[in-house]
Amino acid sequence: MAVGSRAAAWLAGAARRIGSVPWRNISAEAVDRTLLVVKAACFAHVINSYVVSLALVRGPSMLPTMNLTGDIIAVDRVTARWGTVAVGDVVLLRSPENPRKTVTKRVLGLEGDAVTYLVDPHKGDASKTLVVPKGYVWVQGDNIYDSRDSRQFGPVPYGLIQGRAFYRVWPPEGFGFIGQKVTSL
Amino acid sequence: MGTGNSLWLLTKKTLTGALIGVTISDRYVTASPVRGSSMHPTFTGSSTSFPGSLKGDVILVERFCLQKYKFSHGDVIIFRTPTNQKQLFVKRLIALPGDWIQVPESSEILQIPEGHCWVEGDNPASSLDSRSFGPIPLGLVQGRVTHVIWPPQRIGQVERKMPTGRISPY
Repeated sequence: MAVGSRAAAWLAGAARRIGSVPWRNISAEAVDRTLLVVKAACFAHVINSYVVSLALVRGPSMLPTMNLTGDIIAVDRVTARWGTVAVGDVVLLRSPENPRKTVTKRVLGLEGDAVTYLVDPHKGDASKTLVVPKGYVWVQGDNIYDSRDSRQFGPVPYGLIQGRAFYRVWPPEGFGFIGQKVTSL
Repeated sequence: MGTGNSLWLLTKKTLTGALIGVTISDRYVTASPVRGSSMHPTFTGSSTSFPGSLKGDVILVERFCLQKYKFSHGDVIIFRTPTNQKQLFVKRLIALPGDWIQVPESSEILQIPEGHCWVEGDNPASSLDSRSFGPIPLGLVQGRVTHVIWPPQRIGQVERKMPTGRISPY
């Protein structure tokens, strides 16, 4: 019938059009583009993990160095891997209380150093001193009145340190290097 | 020049391969040889001097567990040691945060603090583990061992095993 033959003709036309599409070229180009995206993602991962990365830090524990509402900082990944973190560095580390959380604190003592700290700054001047064991570091927030740090959870293993914060990128008013100011007792 | 161009091409391909290899090894799965005898008989490690170090078991380590840090009792994990961040140990996870564990060879019972875990080697006679350095923060864990992939006669899955009567969740 007329309808049947028109449908058949349409199908044949469609098959011809599909056949004339250069599939091999398209698939080659798709593979090429995907490979490019994969290469870019791998490059980004390597730079992010081994060279430098950005982080958003928030919270009151590093006032006045870091803002309460959030600063974006550049974190150098080389120093921590090479073991050359120094006293006075602001570092990012995995929290020993929750491995899914990354906290920012200042290193106040390396292995072998004697650290003296105020037990409770809200309640007077009592202080304690201890020696940091081998392989550990002592970290404290700059705002000792509102910071959960080594004074509560003790010295942390060096292996928890993810990187050293060295430059503030945002907000623009705070643009600049992050200092090595060491707050002593 | 012909050779200059093909050398450059070779360098580019090697670099791309290395980049992809490093990313896969850091994020998904990696392989590592075992040294020492602290996990005998689960793994047969090689000796630590050079020619011997080629004979140890090679294990497959997965990194997916690091997204949520969810581990089970009896998992074999690799972690950075608390005393030396450049060294990686492989041990079995015995207790998770909140568990009460009986420290062997002493009658003390201790509770694993939040965010920490207790690890022990399968061969207690020759294993430096939590019995010496205490519970370790979970943040030090670098992966979970799922299979042994070398030598061929020892290929197989690494099972979860727990020593009985050591821990209590209450």
